[in-house]
Formats: sequence, C-alpha cells, structure tokens
Amino acid sequence: MASVFSSPGFNFSNELRNNFISDKGLHLPKATSTGTTIVGCLFKDGIVLGADTRATEGPIVADKNCEKIHYITNNIRCCGAGTAADTEFTTALISSNMELHALSTGRPARVVTAMTMLKQMLFRYQGHVGAALVLGGVDATGPHLFTIHPHGSTDKLPYVTMGSGSLAAMAVFESGWRANMERDEALSLVKAAISAGIFNDLGSGSNIDACIITASSTEMLRNVEMPNARVQKERTYVFRRGTTAWKSESVRDLIVDETVTQVLSTGAGEAMDTT
Amino acid sequence: MDHIDWNRLKTGEVNLGTSIMAVQFDGGVVIGADSRTTTGSYIANRVTDKLTHVHDRIYCCRSGSAADTQAVADIVHQGLQMYSQTAGEAPSVHHAASLFQRVCYENKDALSAGIIVAGWDKEVGPSVYNIPLGGGLFRQPWAIGGSGSTYVYGYCDATYKEGWGRDETVTFVKNTLALAMARDGSSGGVIRMCVITEDNVERLFVPGDELPKFWEGREVLGATALKNRAADKGVVPMAVEA
Repeated sequence: MASVFSSPGFNFSNELRNNFISDKGLHLPKATSTGTTIVGCLFKDGIVLGADTRATEGPIVADKNCEKIHYITNNIRCCGAGTAADTEFTTALISSNMELHALSTGRPARVVTAMTMLKQMLFRYQGHVGAALVLGGVDATGPHLFTIHPHGSTDKLPYVTMGSGSLAAMAVFESGWRANMERDEALSLVKAAISAGIFNDLGSGSNIDACIITASSTEMLRNVEMPNARVQKERTYVFRRGTTAWKSESVRDLIVDETVTQVLSTGAGEAMDTT
Repeated sequence: MDHIDWNRLKTGEVNLGTSIMAVQFDGGVVIGADSRTTTGSYIANRVTDKLTHVHDRIYCCRSGSAADTQAVADIVHQGLQMYSQTAGEAPSVHHAASLFQRVCYENKDALSAGIIVAGWDKEVGPSVYNIPLGGGLFRQPWAIGGSGSTYVYGYCDATYKEGWGRDETVTFVKNTLALAMARDGSSGGVIRMCVITEDNVERLFVPGDELPKFWEGREVLGATALKNRAADKGVVPMAVEA
C-alpha cells in the first residue's frame, strides 16, 4: 500500500545498493570533468569570454569539441568549469529562471541577478555542485564580469580565469591586460590566454571558443581558432587487397525473397498532416 | 574521541585569509582590510573588497570562508533593509551585530566566519563589535581579526590610545594592516579603509607599492657583509715571505 507521507530532503536509500555493488567490483563511472581553461575580460565596449573545448573523463578525452560557453540570456553568457553535468544543468536552470524573472518584472534581466541566483544555489549545496563559473554580460547598468566558485563565493573583477588552466591564462592576462582595450586587442588577449591553457595544461585542449558581448550585440565565435586540427597522415596505412590470405569463400544472399510494390501518391501533401 | 576541527575550510573552498580591523574614534569608526583571497596557495582575487555594506552607516569586515561570509552578509543586509522599512528608521549597530551573531552562532558547526561589525548610529554614536568563530558578541573600542591579526596584537596593545581624532585613527589602522600584511602569507595586496561618520562614508585606498614601510631587513651573512667588516677593522693580510 502506498504511503501518503513523503519525507522532506534527499532519499539516500540507493547508497546501500551502490556500496554493495561497488564492493563487488563494479564502480560508479567517474563524472566527466571539463578540466578546462575559461576566461573573461572587460574591454572598452563590453565583455569578451573565452573557453577551450576539451571535456575529460579521468585521463581520457571524452569530448574533443564541447561547448563551454552557456547561454543565460541574450546579453549574458556563462563559461563553466568543473563537473560538466553540474555546469550544464546549473546554467540551464538559471537561464530559465532569468527568463521568468524578466517576464515577471517587465525589464531585461541584469547580470547581478544571474550572479545572485547562481551563488545562492551553489551555497545551498555547500560545494557539492561542482560548478566553477565565469559569468559575463552587458545590461542596463553596463558591462559586468563575475567569477563564481563551487562553494558560492563570488568576485567582481575586470579580468578573470577559472579551471585547471587558470594559472597559465592568468599569467597572460596579468602581463597583457589594460583598461579600455579595443575589440580586436581584447579578442587576441583572450585567445592568447586560452592558448596558454591549451598548450600548458593537460586538462585543457583542442579549440578556442569566444563570445563578444556589447550593449548592442552578442557575437558567439564558436571555434574561432583551431590550433589542434589533425594533420594529414604522412603515409597511407591502407592494407593492400590480398594481404590476408583466405582458405575458403562462401557468399550467401541475406535477402531470401522480396517483392517490390510501388506506392501510388494520391495527391500533393495528402499522406501526412505536418502543418 | 579525537578533536574535530569544525572551523577548518573544506577542500577547494575560497579562503579570505585576511587581516581586518575596526577602530572607534570620537566622530565615527575607521574600518580596514587587506585585499587577498586565496584558494589553497593560489591568490584567487588580489584586489578583494572585504568591507561590506550592510546599511547606510553600518559596514562589516569579513574573514574566513569567502562563500560563508558573503552569504551571511547578504542575509543580514536583507534583514536590515526589512527592519528599516518596517521600523521606519535606521537600525542601530548593535542590532546589526545581533543579526550577525544569531546567524553565526546558530550555524556555528557549518560556518567558518569571523566578522567585525562597525558603524555609526544616533543612539550610541560610533561602535565596533567583534564576532569571532564561535558566534560570541564582543563590543570593543578597537578590534582586529583574521589570520594576520595574530602578528599585530602586540603592536596594537602598545600603540592604541583613547581620544584620537580621525587622522590618527586612520594612520593606526594603516600601519597595523601594513605590518600584518608583511608577516602573514594569507594577507596582502592593497589596503582598503572606510571612515564612517554621521555625515557620510569615505572610502580610502592605499595601493600595494605605497604601503607604510617598517624594518625591511638587512642581509647579515654574505660576501658583501664580510667585505665591509674586514675594511672597517683595517685588517691587512699577512705578508708572506718569498
């Protein structure tokens, strides 16, 4: 008989089962981590965000070209480092709530609103949601750039880096960033910072994504640079026919009996209603 | 049972390390902090603002876990906004400090937060309240906190005098923080200060290369030192017979 009482809080009854199975030798799969180098940088007209595109599962590259710059609203984007599922779902949830907030208040949403929603959610989970984010955007009050750590602390800065490649990228920023840079300068600086992460950090790699947000537009530059494209192989490795000798051959038709009937069309677009 | 350190930061948590202080003077309070936030040994933010506004004339200095103190300050900020709307007047510093204390004490096992609340109100004038890790509330004429404070208790005890004006208090805060930042690895960067009086809140900034300098140290052992010593004493090498 079903119980009408639903207890508050999380249900941990699967933990017993998981521990039992783990002891028998079948372990839980390791969460995909984005390893990552993500950066954000303030320039004259707005914000430039940058990210690499490697997703790792332990030592293996799970995705060579994943997207780490997530959509929050039209003029707000969020780069995510840490556990891939956590960054994906957290940013999707806040994106949805931001849309509802904008409809409810009748105003375009602000970057600080997204930041507050994100930090309050991450703090509530006490660091168990492994999402380290770089949030940037332009709203009615101007351009803003924030960094949000998994435990829920935030920093507001003109240039930020997160992820395993953050130290390499920060070195580039610390030597290259100036106030009021032009768009092209800012974009090259971001590309240089991400490259530093890609080539010096094992957890980051593949291509560079960038996103330029200004008051008037948001430009998503997917794979703006691909410094790790596969080179053409130096020789052909195809085996010549006859490399492997065979002793006997038997060919069998898989289609035993088949009759083909023409289906007459009764009129234009009558078969299915696809309006 | 082994002693469990409840107040240690969890791995990966951002730490405010810190040197913070607040000093009361006749017309108001001066609060100050360094600007370093660390994650392990990496400095996550070298220009942090640890002096957080919770009301028009009430500020708090945050030390400990960045996430915990930001969350607590946000809660108290909202509570004070609500209070000023319902009571129709500005809250007292004591009220703000009590709100902080309630959150810090009731969640003492989950939080790692050392907070100094300071400000000006019309009932009492200037006041400083220290709320260390356990959630106790202590009103003091001057308070220091954070990991860097341990290095400057002696300096503060020896230097502080009652009856100072604004400028002397600002100098006291600046010198104390500079000394703490020089000795504590988790403190550094720039000095941020606020002078809170009845009329306004004035923000002061001391960049890292303009910090007050004290004893910088001088190399005692080494070739240069030896050379100087020999020259001073007029030692002449012994003549060797051919």
